[in-house]
Amino acid sequence: MRFMLMMNVPAGNGVYQIDDWSPADFKAHIDFMHDLNKELKEAGEFVGAEGLTPPGEAKLVRASKQGGPPVTDGVFPETKEFLAGFWIIDVDTAERAYAIAGKASTAPGPGGAPLLMPIEVRQVMQAPLPGV
Amino acid sequence: MTLESTDTSIGHLLRELAPQVLGAVTRRHGDFAAAEDAVQEALIAAATQWQSNGIPDNPSGWLYHVAIRRLTDYLRSEVARSRREDSVATALSFDHAFVPPPDADIGADEDDTLVLLFMCCHPALTPASAIALTLRAVGGLTTAEIANAFLVPEATMAQRISRAKQNIKSSNIPFTMPTDAERETRLGSVLHVLYLIFSEGYTSSVGESLNRTDLSDEAIRLTRMVRALLPGDGEVAGLLALMLLTDARRAARTGTSGELIPLDEQDRSLWDQKLIDEGVTLIRETFSRGSVGSYQLQAAIAAVHDQAASTDATDWQEILGLYGLLEQLSDNPMVSLNRAIAAAMVNGPATGLEMLAVLDDDPRLSGHYRLDAVRGHFFEMAGDYDRAIAHFRAAAERTASIPERNYLATKAARLAEQRGQ
Repeated sequence: MRFMLMMNVPAGNGVYQIDDWSPADFKAHIDFMHDLNKELKEAGEFVGAEGLTPPGEAKLVRASKQGGPPVTDGVFPETKEFLAGFWIIDVDTAERAYAIAGKASTAPGPGGAPLLMPIEVRQVMQAPLPGV
Repeated sequence: MTLESTDTSIGHLLRELAPQVLGAVTRRHGDFAAAEDAVQEALIAAATQWQSNGIPDNPSGWLYHVAIRRLTDYLRSEVARSRREDSVATALSFDHAFVPPPDADIGADEDDTLVLLFMCCHPALTPASAIALTLRAVGGLTTAEIANAFLVPEATMAQRISRAKQNIKSSNIPFTMPTDAERETRLGSVLHVLYLIFSEGYTSSVGESLNRTDLSDEAIRLTRMVRALLPGDGEVAGLLALMLLTDARRAARTGTSGELIPLDEQDRSLWDQKLIDEGVTLIRETFSRGSVGSYQLQAAIAAVHDQAASTDATDWQEILGLYGLLEQLSDNPMVSLNRAIAAAMVNGPATGLEMLAVLDDDPRLSGHYRLDAVRGHFFEMAGDYDRAIAHFRAAAERTASIPERNYLATKAARLAEQRGQ
């Protein structure tokens, strides 16, 4: 089964909170993510993972009836949380996906304290199950 | 890239020989994990060299020679790395270091292929790792080909295979035939893995993942191989017949945009008559020997469908009886669900709905989208479109499959239109 684990963080003022962390805290965070990805690769469960640029860099595009798509700059005031990055994993059970998300949620923040970020777990749609 | 990346005839030959050579190398060296890597390297070397130099006179001897040489190199480097490790030093004794010439007879033992399969499909492995290892060690596919077929990065697939091999090592699974006492269960695991490989390919003939249907062909090839080794086994024959009879409908199963076409709407002229004939003959022969088993019963059900000119002309009474037998053999609520469908086709939707009511209490099935999908069909049969639409929609919300969701949502939309909404 494939899942997408989406790491959501507070929208703030358009930059990652990480930007005002101490170098040591920042390194601990990066190391944690690196180790987690390594663990997933070694377990044969890793399909992909990406981090996204902060919402200050984001654009919103919505086509209109009038013609050319209007482009809006971020930050989008209505968005309370935004997607900072995601993993796609291929695991045997949903429980395993929740366990990995649970671990990702504890990534360290300032002072090494776990950030306890909300991680949204969504199953990736797949081919139909066989049936006689 | 498809599973057949090299020249077809060479590719076929290499994959025929792969398990025999691996069996012989493993028997001689004992270290399955290292032997498997060495044989894989020999296969890759052969794929390029044979293409330019031609196939050698003794292809299995050539592969064996190259694999043993690679294995010896590997063991030598291990010794160089850690001179104190006695076990590795012992493995490099004179006998083991001797590399037979490429024209030597490798002393292939037919049973080796079976022993390999029993090992790769050992119940200590998870299905995902057993599938990957079986395709590489017995199927002779490269890691890149398997990764491609399962749509995961090559490094991920390599880890899955290497962990499976570590697991075999740490569980001390020997390179021997299972004992008589455990044979049936172990053969059951082998057949289950082959069936999973088949399903993986069969259920995904959608758009860009066309290459995955090669997995069905590979599963059929491996099952044919097992059948040649165990011609008297009813379940092996049953599984092969089930695959053939299911695969026969492949071309009719999906539309031009990859949409799912259910059995009752399929263009039966697209069914592969040759596969149907082979499957039907096989399952008849097996039944005539008085053998019964879960794969044989499923094959018999597929045979009834495949021989009918339409849904209406289908012998649903026969199918109902076969699902009854299957239900006694396997405690699987999906079988009961299918029996309810057959019962509704014979005795009407009210009977089917009664049978579903019992299944609601089964924790393995309660809330499952298939219950809603089948209820939708029964209410449609009964002319109760309101309820049918509600159940089709509920099922569409919960399935994890896009083609299935599209089918169920379309079904609901069509009924709503007919009802005049």
